[in-house]
This record gives sequence, C-alpha cells and structure tokens, in this order.
Amino acid sequence: MIDTIRSLGRWGLGVFERLGRGHLLLLEILRGVPELFLRFSLVIQQLSSVGVHSVLIILISGLFVGMVLGLQGYNTLVDFGAEESLGVLVALSLVRELGPVVSALLFAGRAGSALTAEIGLMKSTEQLSGMEMMAVDPVRRVLAPRFLAGFISMPLLAAIFSAVGIFGGFLVGHGLLGVDDGAFWSQMQAKTDWYEDVLNGVIKSIVFGFVVTWIALFEGYDATPTSEGVGRATTRTVVHSAFAILGLDFVLTALMFGDV
Amino acid sequence: MPLVKIRDLHFYRGNRAIFDGVNIDIHRGKITAIMGPSGTGKTTLLRLIGGQLHPDKGTIEVDGQNVHTLSHSELYELRKRMGMLFQSGALLTDINVFDNVAFPIREHTKLPETMVRDLVLMKLQSVGLRCARNLMASELSGGMARRVALARAVTLDPMMIMYDEPFTGQDPISMGTLVNLIHRMNDAMGLTSVIVSHDVAETAEIADYIYLLSGGKVIEKGSPVQLKRSSSQWVQQFMQGLPDGPVPFHYPGTDFSDDLLNGEVSA
Ligand SMILES: Nc1ncnc2c1ncn2[C@@H]1O[C@H](COP(=O)(O)OP(=O)(O)O)[C@@H](O)[C@H]1O
Ligand SMILES: [Mg+2]
Repeated sequence: MIDTIRSLGRWGLGVFERLGRGHLLLLEILRGVPELFLRFSLVIQQLSSVGVHSVLIILISGLFVGMVLGLQGYNTLVDFGAEESLGVLVALSLVRELGPVVSALLFAGRAGSALTAEIGLMKSTEQLSGMEMMAVDPVRRVLAPRFLAGFISMPLLAAIFSAVGIFGGFLVGHGLLGVDDGAFWSQMQAKTDWYEDVLNGVIKSIVFGFVVTWIALFEGYDATPTSEGVGRATTRTVVHSAFAILGLDFVLTALMFGDV
Repeated sequence: MPLVKIRDLHFYRGNRAIFDGVNIDIHRGKITAIMGPSGTGKTTLLRLIGGQLHPDKGTIEVDGQNVHTLSHSELYELRKRMGMLFQSGALLTDINVFDNVAFPIREHTKLPETMVRDLVLMKLQSVGLRCARNLMASELSGGMARRVALARAVTLDPMMIMYDEPFTGQDPISMGTLVNLIHRMNDAMGLTSVIVSHDVAETAEIADYIYLLSGGKVIEKGSPVQLKRSSSQWVQQFMQGLPDGPVPFHYPGTDFSDDLLNGEVSA
C-alpha cells in the first residue's frame, strides 16, 4: 500500500518535473526567436523540411476527408430536401473543426515525429553538446528556427487542408451526386462568417502548431540519448500531441462557440 | 598562474562519488594528461571544465574565471576560447566536412566566404583531409571524423584544447600523425592541451605532466618519467598494462566459481 502511494508520488513528481523543464525550454526557445529575424535563412531551411514536406500528405488527406464529408452530408441533407446546403456543411465542418484538427494530427505524425527523432539523434551523437562547446547555443541555433517554422507552417497547412477538402466535397457533391454548383458555392459564401468561422479556425491551428512543435522539440531535447530512448520519445511526441490537440480543441471550441 | 585550476572537486552521480576531492592544475602552454581506467570520470571531468556539468562542491577556474558562477553569455564567451574534441567527434551529420569546419567561423565571425574557405582549407590540410572536404560526416571512419573534429576545434584559435580519448580507434599511421599533430599544435599555436586517455604509451610520449585518477581521487601526478619510476603498485600496474594487481579487472561481486556452482537460474 505504502509502496503504491510512494510510486504514485514519484510518478507525479516526475510528471511535474518534466512539465517544468518543458516550460523552461519553451522560455529559452522564445528568447531565441527575435534574433532569428536577422538570420531568416535558418528558418527558411526549416520551413522547407517541416512545412513543405508535409504538404503532400495534407493535400491527399484533405481531398479524401472532403469527399467523405460530401457523401455523408448529402445522405443526411437529402432527407430534408436541403442538399443545396451541402457547401455550407462541408465548409463549416472543415474550416471550424476538421481542417485545424486533422491537419494538426497529421502534422504531429509527419513533422513532429521527424523533429523529435532529428533532435534526439543530434543529442545522442553529441552534436548538441559539441555545439555548446563551440559556444553555439543549440536551443537558439537548432531549436528556435524549427519552432518558428512549425508555428508558421501549421496554419498554412490547415488552410490548404480546408481548401482542398472543400474542393473534394464539391467534386463529390456536384460531380457525383448532382448538387447544383451555383447553390453549393453561393450558400457556402453566404453562411460562412469570416470572423466567427474562418478566424476561429485559424486561431485553433495557430495554437495547435505552437503546442505540437513545442512537444516535438522538447521530447527530442529531453530524450534519453540512446536509440531506444529516441524511439520512445518519438512515440511520445505523437501520443502527447494527439491528446493535446483533441483536448485543446474542446477547450477552444467551448470558448469560441460555446456561448457560456 | 595555471590556466585551469581545480580545487576540492566533488561530483556525484546518484549516490556514487565520481570525484571525491580532486585538485588539478593545468599549466599554460603545456600538455597535461589525465589518465585512468575507463569509467573513472575522465569525460565527466572535461564536461565539468567546459561548464556542461556542475560540481556538487569545489571550484573550477579557467583563465581566472570560475566557470560555474559565470552568466550564460559569459560562459559562452569563455567557450569560444576553449576547444573540445569529443570522443565521437560530434560532427554535424547533415552537412559535409568543409561546412563542419567552417561552422564555428560562420557562427562567430562575419568573415567573407573567400577567407572562410582559406581558413578551412588550411585547417583541413593540417589534419591531412583537405581533399575529403566534400564527404558527408556519415561517410567518414571514426578516426577521420576525429581528425575533422580536431580541425574544427582549432578553427577559432582557442587558448586551450581538450582531447577526449584522441587515440582510440586510430590506425598506427594516423596514430603517429595525430600524436605529432597534437604536439605541433601545442607548440606552434601556443595552445594549452589537456588529453584524457587510457592509452599509456602514446600519452606518455607527448605529455608534460600526468594526473592519474582512480576511485574519484588523484592517485599520482608527475612527469611521465616520474610516474614510470613510481613505487606505487597501482601506478606500475596501470602504466605497464598488467592484467593483475591492485586494480581489479572484474566488476566487484561474488566469486566466479561460486557463481557457476551455486548461482540461481533467473528467468
Ligand atoms: N549521464 C549519466 N548518467 C549517469 N551516470 C553516468 C552518466 N554519464 C556517465 N556516467 C557514469 O559516470 C562514470 C564516469 O563516466 P565517464 O566520465 O564517461 O568515464 P570515462 O570517460 O573515464 O570512461 C561512469 O561510471 C558512468 O557510468
Ligand atoms: Mg570517456
């Protein structure tokens, strides 16, 4: 009994210690961000490997998610004779929810895990220590550019996801199921509010980008410097990111649309 | 005044004392070797000097500055004047040999690329790898990587350089050149060198002064000649590489025959 309590306590302390380290690291990273504007080439490089390399998976997934939305939405709406509202349904689902959330989950799996593995490997091969001894701060030189790149990429990827998804919904709705294209687009435009829907979606994806990149970088930087440790850290990045995205999504949705 | 002054150094890993009251002086312009069996904390000592680890007690001064009371930026200023050669080389794996050696120059100076190129080629020439400059770090053997790392460690002309096991993994030819190189750099560039090693012969050949570490303490110190004449059995065993003596080869535990005959079979 005592042992159980003791190990529970130790586990709790461990969790809080990691949380503390994570926040300290975040502070250090943020402190390194301003000077990046003087060396923006470092960020550009990372935008390519963090952002551009995630575009393909975002395009393909977005298209299919949109197509499924088109099919499912049509089946429901047609019972009420409201199939012309398909555009609204597809657009709102994507812009408010699925765009930010699904693209963030994909981003965590594609870019987040890669970031963790890369940083963890640099740690286990002493590249980060080596930099420190060359008087180059790895947090500023390695982590900060990656952080900024992730932060910038995420909203853009979410926007691409939503745009492609809407196109996919249109393909199915108009091409396959024969919804009137004029009604599809005009209803969508009329019922989608710039501030209420689009901006809130963008805010969500900015928050997700911040959190996922932070988790990924921290897990890599904090990884046990062995191949096993880096593997475990990579898994943790994906799992923790998924929890964080879905949990935060609930909180943000409640704040934005809950009217509480 | 010594360049590095270590006083009453205590450092623990968990409950285990890695250093238990160590005093070391590293004099300017000299090659000082820190020797001891593996696992005694030689790498740990270099990390303490470089400010990557913090002592639990005692002080380390480098060039008159207490490494562990410096602010972040002061520590980084100091590190610009310290070179360190990691056991693994610690080269950046996503760029090639040339860019690795150019890395500290590009990070710390605003020299034009033509000068960077000249500097890098000079340093690579001195370690015999000028023509390997387009290889990626992952395409190098361990010995080559160490030499590239050496070139990189001296690009900013530091006041001191710390070598972690520079001789392990070198073939006889590059071993010879490396011993020469360390010696030459020390004299020509007015460097202060610290070599951490358990390769007795090579180290004794170039060191001016040797500290022998074991069990968290300095067991013996002196010039190579003094150490070879030491009356301590421990020192004799280590310097001559004898298998048996006061230093046990085996990790402490139960008797071997007992273990074979009576050991419980686990899982
Ligand atoms: N990160 C670490 N955590 C816990 N123990 C460590 C760590 N690094 C090294 N040690 C222990 O500290 C001791 C000294 O290590 P090290 O300085 O690498 O020895 P050496 O370089 O002399 O072979 C070893 O017994 C090692 O097990
Ligand atoms: Mg070592």
